[in-house]
Amino acid sequence: MISHLPILQVIVPLMAAPLCLLLKRAQLVWLFALFASSLACFISILLLQQVMTSGVISYELGGWEAPWGIEYRIDKLNAFLLLIISAISTVVLIAAQTSIEKEIPKDKHTLFYILYLLSLTGMLGIVSTGDAFNVFVFLEISSLSAYALIALGNDRRALWASYQYLIMGTIGATFILIGIGLMYQMTGTLNMEDLSQRLPQVAQTRTVFTAFAFVIVGVCLKLALFPLHLWLPNAYAFAPSIVTAFFAATATKVAIYLLIRFTFTVFGLSFSFTTLPLQGLFLTLGLAGIFVASSAAIYQKNVKHVFAYSSIAQVGYIIIGLSTSTITGLTATLLHLFNHALMKSAIFLALGAVVYRLGSIQLSSFYGLGRQMPLTMAAITIGGLSLIGVPLTVGFVSKWYLLIALIEHGWWPVAVLVLLGSLLAIVYVWRIVEAAYFKEPLAGTMPVKEAPVLFLIPIWTLIIANIYFGIDTRLSVQVAQSAAQSLFGVSP
Amino acid sequence: MNFSLELMLQLTITVPLITILGIIFARNHPNIRETITIIASMLLLYIVVNLYKSLLSGKTVDIFWWEIMPNLSISFSIEPLGIIFALIASFLWLITTLYAIGYMRSHQEENQTRFYSFFALAISAVMGIAFADNLFTLFVFYEILTLSTYPLVTHAGSEKAKQGGRVYLGILLSTSIAFLLLAVASTWFITGTLDFKQGGVFDANVDKTIAGMLLVLFIFGIGKAAIMPFHRWLPAAMVAPTPVSALLHAVAVVKAGVFTILKVCVFIFGLDLLAVLPTTQFLLYLAGASVLLASLVAMRQDNLKARLAYSTISQLGYITIGALLATSSGVIGSSMHIATHAFGKITLFFCAGAILVAAHKSKISEMRGLGRQMPFTMMAFFIASLCIIGLPPTAGTWSKWYLLMATLETEQFIIMVVLMLSSLLNIAYLLPIPFLAFFPNISAKNNQGDENATTNVQIKEAPLASLIAIGIAALGCLILFIYPNPLYELATAILDTERVTYGK
Repeated sequence: MISHLPILQVIVPLMAAPLCLLLKRAQLVWLFALFASSLACFISILLLQQVMTSGVISYELGGWEAPWGIEYRIDKLNAFLLLIISAISTVVLIAAQTSIEKEIPKDKHTLFYILYLLSLTGMLGIVSTGDAFNVFVFLEISSLSAYALIALGNDRRALWASYQYLIMGTIGATFILIGIGLMYQMTGTLNMEDLSQRLPQVAQTRTVFTAFAFVIVGVCLKLALFPLHLWLPNAYAFAPSIVTAFFAATATKVAIYLLIRFTFTVFGLSFSFTTLPLQGLFLTLGLAGIFVASSAAIYQKNVKHVFAYSSIAQVGYIIIGLSTSTITGLTATLLHLFNHALMKSAIFLALGAVVYRLGSIQLSSFYGLGRQMPLTMAAITIGGLSLIGVPLTVGFVSKWYLLIALIEHGWWPVAVLVLLGSLLAIVYVWRIVEAAYFKEPLAGTMPVKEAPVLFLIPIWTLIIANIYFGIDTRLSVQVAQSAAQSLFGVSP
Repeated sequence: MNFSLELMLQLTITVPLITILGIIFARNHPNIRETITIIASMLLLYIVVNLYKSLLSGKTVDIFWWEIMPNLSISFSIEPLGIIFALIASFLWLITTLYAIGYMRSHQEENQTRFYSFFALAISAVMGIAFADNLFTLFVFYEILTLSTYPLVTHAGSEKAKQGGRVYLGILLSTSIAFLLLAVASTWFITGTLDFKQGGVFDANVDKTIAGMLLVLFIFGIGKAAIMPFHRWLPAAMVAPTPVSALLHAVAVVKAGVFTILKVCVFIFGLDLLAVLPTTQFLLYLAGASVLLASLVAMRQDNLKARLAYSTISQLGYITIGALLATSSGVIGSSMHIATHAFGKITLFFCAGAILVAAHKSKISEMRGLGRQMPFTMMAFFIASLCIIGLPPTAGTWSKWYLLMATLETEQFIIMVVLMLSSLLNIAYLLPIPFLAFFPNISAKNNQGDENATTNVQIKEAPLASLIAIGIAALGCLILFIYPNPLYELATAILDTERVTYGK
């Protein structure tokens, strides 16, 4: 059983999805989905433990040997990502049933859980597989279900947002597929390990350059790197709240995983960062992303838009960490993957609770909310502080590592710019805090109660995690650091 | 109670935290709630005094809480400068609580539970700053202090409070994130440690330019020290209730700023390195400009609290100058000024609050002739003014004396002139207030003063609890003049920890 964990990780949610159809009542479906997701989370914990103690796990699908058959390959990076995805998915699902009651018509509830599980399957699959083509397959599974999930939003603009995402996402996926095809043409293999050994021999050909360009652009579309981010704000803002909380914490993270996997493992560090000018490109786009997206976030009236733009800015930090191409920089990136997932899922879930009670997410509907929903607003405030990077929250930990990485690299001006950029976060977070604590509710609005318990439990679990992992960083730092080291081929 | 020293050191931070729980539980019983606060502040004072005694007997206490990131830990220890700061803060917390009870009740403030809770949280952060064993710990508690005082500044919840809070948080968070964090991270990267060490952590052969830039980052980044141009938050914070202005914005928060500067100058850079850095002179002039300009601005303020705020900015400049002069007299003068200015300024703020509560006046021009109705308050105001100016028989004399000595020793004559000029300005903007209160007819516009005096007959002194607090604080100004030795010994011990034993 233990040896089959890598495939179980993917199979469990995949099989659970159609089984949902057999259960009639929405409540049961919810419990079942929650069970499947927690099982996946449990498996990912076991996998992480196994990887940390005994190294890389290689699993041959159907018993076919590696370069020919499909290989599932779990190293520290994969295991770390699997844990983030499945844990966030589980915590978010706790609030799902309460939230969708208000946002999705009753007859579509079962459909929602099926799509949710499929999307989860897709993401887990992308991360666990060691086969480039398999990546594409799972990417499509997760993307197609994501388009449908976003379209379930009760605002009519959700359809348009979903359509926008569909177009952009398909272009991205197609680019990745073209890239993979070109690589296959040059090397005759699809296995990533195999690719990483064969590509250097043909590295100086135009085809490989083209393949690289296609893959990177495709992946960057998926991870919403500025200026390829246009699909993201509307998709996050108009999707059902649960979907936003889940995607904001995981979807872009998976894409960043792909970027790391392709640049560091498949193409190799020296090819990506020395032969090709990826370093300067990432640095520029990352910085531009931080400033443009953070500034945009300040002017948004829809609070979901505020944090959606903030997500794009956070991608900027993650990319800057990558662009240093040092172990410390990569550690900062991986840490921020984890930490940002915690912040954003907490904040978006809390926004979901606001939508549940108020039915609106405009800044003006937050007026006076500090008194009416104290626990929810406190959560948003703490999440916001974490986003700003106040000490004793996770945001500080990733900022510290990024800062050290930049100083270590001698990029002093960049360090200053990154810090100045993070000041913009104070502005957009504080607009919401002021609206909630200093304004009187608009005339004619009914007073509302605190969010239901099923919301508060997951929100505060995540908030406490925000603080806990800001104080006890042993797990996150250790895993991120050793994952970074192994990507650089340094044994820890 | 016989706690071990280790336990006591941790209790300084946890006692205020536990108090918060008590305050929240007793939220519906104001009397019990305030009793809890008073007991907690007494307990805290008792603990800090005990730590002080153990320091005198030459004991060291080290506490290690946990390691947040590799080699970056939250840990605490006792050292003379920290003890000075902690003694002042805990003693004045007790007094301020006393004062606040009278003030908050007669002012009928809302949300008093929230007020007392965040107040206790701020004190806990102050203790964390005072006893921090390394720069990282200090930074963490520095940020907690900023955030915990925000709800106090914006206590009124009005539009004006929101604006004030915005400036307050905006400047303090921005400077600490943009400059201080960068300085801390760079120091850690260059030296590999953030521990406070006698003589500094930098190598002798460190690049002077980089170290000089770091010093600039530190001085700008420690926005709580309110060096111009990062001083705007302090006048903005004056929208807070008076007890907050008194304790936090005359003592705890601003003193946390200059305390951090002193710590950085003495224990991160070390005086020897500080003296040769290329940027020190520039920063001295900047602080000098801050001293002079703030005094000038203070003269033009008609709102009493605003005038006091600018006066604080000016006095903080003195302390920064003392640290940057990089001599032992400078450090001694600065650390004594932390204490003497604390007593003087808190008295002044208490008086301002008493006048607001009893006479509903906040403008200086309206206070003419008030000495007849509030003689006690105005006497205290007079004594405290002398303390700020630095005239006998008040404590301010000593600290200003050592600061002037330091400018002479280092031949910084421009700075010396600045300090003396500013003291003259202090006289010009502080003393007229009590004088006109007692002798309203002294100036040409005497008719107006008479009118005020007759229309305000019904004004009485502030509530008793507040008066007691004012009396104790003013007495403190006098006592520290007659009996400055313990403070002086602590201050001299900062540079030479072994000499502490000489206090026995």
